[in-house]
Amino acid sequence: MKKEFKVIADLLPNNVRVLDVGCGDGSLMSHLIAEKNIEARGLELKKENVTKCIYKGLPVIEGNAETELNQFPNQSFDFVILSQTLQAFYNPEKVLKDLLRIGKSVIISIPNFGYWKVRTSLLFFGKMPVTKTLPNSWYNTPNLHMCTIKDLFDFCVKKRIKIKKAVGINENKTSEITKNNLEIKNFFSKLGIFLIS
Amino acid sequence: MNYKIENIKTFNVSKALKLDCGQTVKDFPLAYETYGKLNKSKDNAILVFHALTGDQFVSGINPVTKKEGWWVTAVGPGKAIDTNKYFVICANVIGGCMGSWGPKEIDKKTREPYGLNFPVVTIRDMVKAQETLLDHLGIEKLLCATGGSMGGMQLLEFCTIFPNKTFSAIPIACSTSHSAQNIALNELARQAIMADPVWDKGKYLAKNVQPKNGLAVARMVGHISYLSEKGMQEKFGRKLQEKADYEFSFDANFQVESYLRHQGSTFVERFDANSILYITRAMDYFDLSKHFKNGLIEAFRNQKTKFLVISFSSDWLYTTKENKDIVIALNASGADVSFSEIKTDKGHDSFLVNETEFLKTLKGFIDSMHVKFKNEKRI
Repeated sequence: MKKEFKVIADLLPNNVRVLDVGCGDGSLMSHLIAEKNIEARGLELKKENVTKCIYKGLPVIEGNAETELNQFPNQSFDFVILSQTLQAFYNPEKVLKDLLRIGKSVIISIPNFGYWKVRTSLLFFGKMPVTKTLPNSWYNTPNLHMCTIKDLFDFCVKKRIKIKKAVGINENKTSEITKNNLEIKNFFSKLGIFLIS
Repeated sequence: MNYKIENIKTFNVSKALKLDCGQTVKDFPLAYETYGKLNKSKDNAILVFHALTGDQFVSGINPVTKKEGWWVTAVGPGKAIDTNKYFVICANVIGGCMGSWGPKEIDKKTREPYGLNFPVVTIRDMVKAQETLLDHLGIEKLLCATGGSMGGMQLLEFCTIFPNKTFSAIPIACSTSHSAQNIALNELARQAIMADPVWDKGKYLAKNVQPKNGLAVARMVGHISYLSEKGMQEKFGRKLQEKADYEFSFDANFQVESYLRHQGSTFVERFDANSILYITRAMDYFDLSKHFKNGLIEAFRNQKTKFLVISFSSDWLYTTKENKDIVIALNASGADVSFSEIKTDKGHDSFLVNETEFLKTLKGFIDSMHVKFKNEKRI
């Protein structure tokens, strides 16, 4: 999702050190290097994606974020990015804790399970939702811990994690999420992006 | 070994070199070979470090043994390390036996082969000697340096001694120090040689004989450690060697025995037994963090080199875990590092065989680094 890349780029100052956890084929890293001249590192589980990153000359470490984040020292990156993978971990709480340890700030994006189309799919059709941001069926989805923008917001409050900025994306529109508009943004945003520390 | 080392490129290292053992040496030969051409902007040089039983003949036909170069699967025209595009350099390590200064060379003082009078050299010594070759070839900074196994150890040492001599580095299937198991296997190889009466405390060359039996056993030990259990089982299983049934003898009944015997007997043709002692010793002494008070992280501090560490899933000699430890240390010191584990049954030897995924990764990294290096040079 190109819009997501733009929002993430806007959250970053120039020339910072960034770790992209679950960096996929390196598209986001490439985008951020071009836009913000960041010093990027990626962590990726899938072999074909690791090879793609290497072909692009992007520094990537093959490994599992669930078990291998301990290799990164405390506060060794200015930003750690987790783009649309939080819900795929067995233990997202532990991963999140690790990300906050490694990065001075953390940017997380989640496909919002509170989006109205997701809600109506379950409400009116009685079926697990399949949308553009959630393209898999219940039997083959990698997503184990789906959550909504509101869930993540509440989680941060509960765990005393500081939300520096939260942005909702719906189609091509982006808007800031605050405590006051949380309900409405949780209903209309396909994707939520949180900058926390 | 039975080959005459003739018509090979050698370079006289005239610069004084202080060895780790305390001796200072100069004016000794370093044998090397190059492939491809160094371009005008000198941004296409790749240095390859060879492994224990390798030599400078990486690609093409080895002019001494008349056999294919040891890394012909990866290096050559159109290969992953494309010699149409890159200038590839490889030198024979000191302590070796393919023309570089080693135990079979003549000691000027005694006018006899050094044998055990040759100083015990280290990986650091090997690397320092090879660095002088870069000056000789007029290369200020390499595009890439690479090596597998002991070649990888030399590479890591090279990067810590000379942190700005190569733009990128690919250590393959190696570690930052030898484990107890690694040392034990090397000791087995050394003991096999030393137990051969022909060895005679290393003085066999003066009598023009060779401890062939001991050296062959040493090679067999090595070969077992280079293959994975699964790979060996699939290749040989319990298959008999051109026999319908057991022979009730101690000849090579099984194919795996025959294979090891063959590997042993061909190896003695091309390698010097004392060189095995010296090089395995250098590997055992290797400990990258030894010269740094705060260990590996300090060793890698201020690294500008871009690393790609590659391991093989079935390598039990230098495991993925050991290779990952290199990655962790590089990461912790803030270096630019990539890591890829190649899934294969071919064991430690995977880097020497036609392993598609590995060769693809090698090519992708070097080509992308070339683009970056050219850009850096332009600025």
